[in-house]
Amino acid sequence: MRPTRRHLLSLGASLALAACAHVPSPSPSPSSPPAGGPAQDTPPLRGTGDLGLVIERASGSVQLVEHSGRSALARITGLGDLSHAHVVFSRDGRYAYVFGRDGGLTKVDLLEARIDARVIQAGNSIGGSISQDGRLVVAQNYSPGGIRVFDARTLAPIADIPAEYAPGKVSRVVGLADLPDQRFAYALFDGNEIWVTDLSDPVHPSTTRYPAGRQPYDGLATPDGRYFLAGLFGEDGVSLLDLWHPERGSRKILTDYGQGSEKLPVYKMPHLRGWAQAGGEIWLPGVGRHELLAVDARSWQQTARIPLLGQPVFAMARPDGRQIWVNFAFPDNDWVQVIDTDTRQVIHSFSPGKAVLHMEFTPRGDEVWISARDSHEVLVMSTRDFSPRARLPAQSPSGIFFGHRGQRIGM
Amino acid sequence: MDRPVLLHVAILLALTALGVGTARAASPTPSPARQAQLIHLVRQDCGACHGMQLSGGLGPSLSPAQLADRPDSSLVATVLQGRPGTPMPGWQAFLSASEAGWIITQLKQGFPPLPPCDPPAATC
Repeated sequence: MRPTRRHLLSLGASLALAACAHVPSPSPSPSSPPAGGPAQDTPPLRGTGDLGLVIERASGSVQLVEHSGRSALARITGLGDLSHAHVVFSRDGRYAYVFGRDGGLTKVDLLEARIDARVIQAGNSIGGSISQDGRLVVAQNYSPGGIRVFDARTLAPIADIPAEYAPGKVSRVVGLADLPDQRFAYALFDGNEIWVTDLSDPVHPSTTRYPAGRQPYDGLATPDGRYFLAGLFGEDGVSLLDLWHPERGSRKILTDYGQGSEKLPVYKMPHLRGWAQAGGEIWLPGVGRHELLAVDARSWQQTARIPLLGQPVFAMARPDGRQIWVNFAFPDNDWVQVIDTDTRQVIHSFSPGKAVLHMEFTPRGDEVWISARDSHEVLVMSTRDFSPRARLPAQSPSGIFFGHRGQRIGM
Repeated sequence: MDRPVLLHVAILLALTALGVGTARAASPTPSPARQAQLIHLVRQDCGACHGMQLSGGLGPSLSPAQLADRPDSSLVATVLQGRPGTPMPGWQAFLSASEAGWIITQLKQGFPPLPPCDPPAATC
């Protein structure tokens, strides 16, 4: 029997100290509590705009971090299997929703550094998203294949949309992205389709299907929510859907990319989710090719091919669009390369640690946080001169997610 | 049994023993240090597709029940050469046949867990 919500909130502050192993913080101690205030029971009054989570994938824990002072505030445990974990944020910035591989969906209270709610929603999951109005949390699942919709406040189930693309055939779902008007786009790896589900009436979802091409492995919504792109593994090219004109259907771009050349082995699938739209172009990792591709976001013609040192996994645009930061698949995963989008040159190649899994920019891009799984460390760097600013210990860190994602489309 | 036949048997036995010995030398059990590397590789890097718990993802589950009916030789070939038409790449640039065989044996028995801080580091 769960205690009531109000009860939980009042209990939470005192439990937080006991439940979370606090990580030593290099920053000075917080300002004194108000005179007469219960010092240990009330979390210090603070904003949420600089909070984030670092996934500790092997231990089922997350670190609560803040990027103003580059410090860890707390460790929260008990989140299950966090390999391939993903995080989205409530629009008020207070809550993070953590999607685990084992189907766990955990709502974390960032202000009280504790778990607010948790459900096991599927057998095998790879992420999720949050609706435009912030009321619906949607998980994308491999098993059972499909998406599932939950109340963002309580995590109570609302709708279940199996990705049944043919009678009795259910696909694994990839690339889920939130879109304007309470819609969500996603791709069916086994079904070779893009689906757009309208949840404006969440109890009665309506889904439109589009052909995608062979084996879409991930998807991306442009930051304005107009276009959905699905990268294809089973053939050359990227499938594109214009959501301002869905009646025109999906089409394939970059179909002649890499024609005739043998694909290199892919030891880790690239991710398209990187906000890699910069200067009117979209920057994508090549798949099976050690290259970064630029595509004009109006004509959808390829505009550049930048040779890289390995198979790119994430190609992340600095928020101002001037730089693209790239990490790599095994066995080149100790490296990061930075590309200047103006000169189209690799301007920096370096090793921030062993097994670099993810990068996250501060909201305006002055710094980037980089996780080095096998160095058990998160490195904070200046994006201007590439100098290190801080190193935070973390156990097998993978994804780094800052709360400003909660204010953006397609994250 | 006359002496030439006995001699024959003895030589055959010796050759068989030698043969077994040679086979063992060609596919040794990986050293403990290498085993630790292989456990790390399987859980962390194979885990990128198969999940850290090896319960599946874009790649299928690698649980003992899932693998029980598949012959070792075909599983070793999949590890080394990959599976065309699927995202499974071949890992022969990083693994010997005997190492792939050791991994398959471990997977069929229930794969060893990662130690708490792996690889070891001062920060954890």
